[in-house]
Amino acid sequence: MSGPLIFEIGSPGRTAAALPENDVPAQRVEEMLPPAMLREEPAGLPEVSELDLVRHYTGLSRKNYGVDTGFYPLGSCTMKYNPKVNEDVAALAGFSGLHPYLPGELCQGALQLMYELEKYLCEIAGMDRFTLQPAAGAHGELTGMLIIRAYHMQRGDARRNKVLVPDSAHGTNPATAAMCGYKTVEIKSDSRGGVDLDDLRRLVGDDTAGLMLTNPNTLGLFDENIAQIARIVHEAGGLVYCDGANMNAIMGIARPGDMGFDVVHFNLHKTFSTPHGGGGPGSGPVGVKDILVPYLPRPLVECRDNGTGGKEYYLDYGGEQSIGRVKAFYGNFGVMVKAYAYIRMLGATGLKEASRYAVLNANYLKEKLKDTYHLPYDRTCMHEFVLSARNLKDTGVRALDIAKRLLDYGYHPPTVYFPLIVEEALMIEPTETESKETLDRFAEAMQRIAREAVENPELVTGAPRCTPVQRLDEVTAARKPVLRYRQENA
Amino acid sequence: MAGFVPHTPRDVREMLEVVGAAGLDDLFVDVPAELRLRKPLNLPAPMSEMELVKHMGRLAGKNRPGDYTCFLGAGAYDHYVPSVVKHLVMRSEFYTAYTPYQAEISQGTLQSIFEFQSMICELTGMDAANASMYDGATATAEGAVMACRVTGKSKILVSEAMHPEYREVLNTFTSGLPVEVVEIPAPEGVTAPGELEKLLDRETACVIIQNPNFFGLVEDGPALGEAVHRQKALFIVCADPISLGLLKAPGDYGADIVTGDAQGLGNSMYFGGPHVGFFAVKSKYMRKMPGRVVGQTTDAAGNRGFVLTMQGREQHIRREKATSNICSNQALCALAATVYLSCLGKTGLAKVAELCLQKARYAYRRLLELEGVEPVFRGPFFKEFVVRTARRPAEVNQHLLRHKIIGGLDLGKYYPRLDGAMLFCVTETRTRGEIDYLVDKMGGL
Amino acid sequence: MKVPENLNYSKEHEWAEQREGGVIRVGVTDYAQDAMGDVVFVELPETGQSFAAGESFGSLESVKAVSDCYMPVGGTVTAVNEALLDAPELVNKDPYGEGWLIEVEPSDEQELENLLSAEEYKQYLTTLKDEGGD
Repeated sequence: MSGPLIFEIGSPGRTAAALPENDVPAQRVEEMLPPAMLREEPAGLPEVSELDLVRHYTGLSRKNYGVDTGFYPLGSCTMKYNPKVNEDVAALAGFSGLHPYLPGELCQGALQLMYELEKYLCEIAGMDRFTLQPAAGAHGELTGMLIIRAYHMQRGDARRNKVLVPDSAHGTNPATAAMCGYKTVEIKSDSRGGVDLDDLRRLVGDDTAGLMLTNPNTLGLFDENIAQIARIVHEAGGLVYCDGANMNAIMGIARPGDMGFDVVHFNLHKTFSTPHGGGGPGSGPVGVKDILVPYLPRPLVECRDNGTGGKEYYLDYGGEQSIGRVKAFYGNFGVMVKAYAYIRMLGATGLKEASRYAVLNANYLKEKLKDTYHLPYDRTCMHEFVLSARNLKDTGVRALDIAKRLLDYGYHPPTVYFPLIVEEALMIEPTETESKETLDRFAEAMQRIAREAVENPELVTGAPRCTPVQRLDEVTAARKPVLRYRQENA
Repeated sequence: MAGFVPHTPRDVREMLEVVGAAGLDDLFVDVPAELRLRKPLNLPAPMSEMELVKHMGRLAGKNRPGDYTCFLGAGAYDHYVPSVVKHLVMRSEFYTAYTPYQAEISQGTLQSIFEFQSMICELTGMDAANASMYDGATATAEGAVMACRVTGKSKILVSEAMHPEYREVLNTFTSGLPVEVVEIPAPEGVTAPGELEKLLDRETACVIIQNPNFFGLVEDGPALGEAVHRQKALFIVCADPISLGLLKAPGDYGADIVTGDAQGLGNSMYFGGPHVGFFAVKSKYMRKMPGRVVGQTTDAAGNRGFVLTMQGREQHIRREKATSNICSNQALCALAATVYLSCLGKTGLAKVAELCLQKARYAYRRLLELEGVEPVFRGPFFKEFVVRTARRPAEVNQHLLRHKIIGGLDLGKYYPRLDGAMLFCVTETRTRGEIDYLVDKMGGL
Repeated sequence: MKVPENLNYSKEHEWAEQREGGVIRVGVTDYAQDAMGDVVFVELPETGQSFAAGESFGSLESVKAVSDCYMPVGGTVTAVNEALLDAPELVNKDPYGEGWLIEVEPSDEQELENLLSAEEYKQYLTTLKDEGGD
């Protein structure tokens, strides 16, 4: 059942704020600000007590589903457990209370953390430098592609106006290319789910700025030809961008830098365990090879001798050829603290283990489900795999229905209808932090739903029934958008 | 086992058997041998939780913000964050959730975003707002790109009195596009109307101002808006949401797009991030907005519910023709802003805004009483102001630091003509005692 | 699937109708609206804009997809169906009638002859079914 909006509770004149009295000699507001610029009516904000407020948002939180609530096999999103200690250390006043323009001597710990995190990410990626500025994966893509653009422009190679993107790519890739002024050219996937080399050779040329590739790709498959792909693009004068969304499969096992990628972004909120926050904040650092370091956004954190035998960390604003800033200040520092803590806790062995078990969990679940659902690419997968519900089409049950029925069983559904090249796709990423028992129970639920589809399809197409609300009318929502509350009698 | 991995040796054995692999290494057959890392990653040794907590405590301890009184602003603000905000935002059903794609089990996130959008609209005087952007700088840059798309024009005018880093981000975001960014001079600290008129022409897609601007000054919004609309350009106002407790909503003086940074609403400064950008428009531009949007609808039983809507604008559907590539935003920070605004409410936000105004005014008056401290700009300001000091700002700040005061921002780095000037910020968290102490120490220089 | 006899069709599933005064009215076919599902928003050009045959002049949005609309013949837009802005569902309900999209002053009437007849379009639709079935 739906409850009230925060605007619909409380009472005029009520407030939860306990503010101090003004302790300086007061002046009239009209003397300090031009009357034409003053608000005539106070903004229509809620008027509630602190207890009203607490109950309202506690109530809302209970209508949500997080990793802490249950299994969340949302493909391409790496919904692994978010360690609690990360939240504690990130909340330390020595991190959360820092103003970004503090003098260097008052933020040495923060700068050291950023400096070391950059080194760790370089090592994990096989890259030479990272910028920590981008706030999310897509923001990282924009940064990375602008770096590629700057590289070509600097060399006077302005005619390169195309970016190659596989047909299995995430929508952010073509959208990013467009934001950089590039035209997107789609490359076909081959029968094994990788880049079709013939198609690549046909499309690459002296107008190619670069190729954007996710590896392991969005089908959860490692592209065995990656070295050759990179060579083909490089020979044509283009650069190769790695969408690192799927790094959780290969930490400590293989590195984008060694595969021939020139640029990579990581999603700290996927691979490095920082929580997704219901849609953010994330962090999307971008790593590059030496030749591209001049183009990185500034400032970068550097380290020098402090003259008394210790180290001094500082922000270096140099960089004539930099693409410029992509964000005010230095990036989502609070998120960096959590990723840093995770890397320090796991170390090299822990990170590698995390990837190995992520891949084991995915392959195990795939084997348990491949006889129930269609498996379009039947090979060893990485950290995720894509099933198709097309074998249930005759029952009238679609991937979306299966997703909704899973809600009744208490699970967050897989990603559906992506990647676009798989019909009725169900993209499943269990992550390493889930136990065998959880995977077994989920597999049972998936098998039961497949049986229900045959025996009693309405049970599936009418799902969910056990959730706070039933299926919502998205058509009316989009046709006649209601995007804000308005007081009826206003 | 390390890494929060629950597998026992028996689990591993049984699972490998199902998979048909002899060992974990067999699962990586697709990774060509020559690409496999042959040595362990060169990272520091793993730490137990106890060791980590100590280590992080030491790192945090090298930063000592709590021991100092801060008069820095310039886009990151030391506003008070009530305890209730932190507690509600740390409900793990909120913070461990992904983007609310499955509406039936995401009503918590969806409804709170709807409330966020509503509050942003109330503050800005606009019809529709999105679910948030990365920060104020990127929100403003996206606004400019949107204006070019909507008008089919290519010239972006931005006030020189806009935060320098925001202008930098604007330049970066538009660097690959066939558009031109031109700065409007602000010699007196506010966007000069005459200069604006000179630059405005039929090719102008939009004019961007910040209000209150980077120097803390309140711009003449209505006059600027009128000039912009005479040339049929879009008027973009980047606003400080706290100031909107007192100041006129930009929508009431002609803004077509209102952007800004809502860090000050219930989010800690966090060394500059995560902050949260907001983005609001008049209804006719609703379907041209970047970013996620939540809409109200009904479920199959007729109950009110909320969904992500107008997704046809977004990258996962429209791909290269999307209004932006943004995917993840700053949802949890938007939640903090929503709880904060609900906590303060109608009267509380106005009161916080007035406390900032009164205290900043007081600090300005007292500082100007000092010998060697001179005003730089005339005109009304909100919570930040600029003064010129007889001694170099770096020297002033060094002196203040010795007395545990973090002084103002040295403006010479950003505006050569303002060499020797400092930007001070006074929020509601500064007490009279702290302000007097600042004045005392600056006087003792 | 309805395919009225008196219209011409493109392989992109637009129809074109010759009206009085040489104006061509353009819409999407029953097949197209069915494949789209519920149309939630229609993006139309402004009158006075010109497009070549085959060029995209607007788009239809459903909840989960967007389709471009392509000019069956080149020309200048003389009218757009304003009713669709408030009632995009007309495209689903009446694709050949109230759900029309734009009217065009053709730059070259000869281009109409490049389009398919109702019979040819029906034939074309059967080939799509053959490909799509599995």
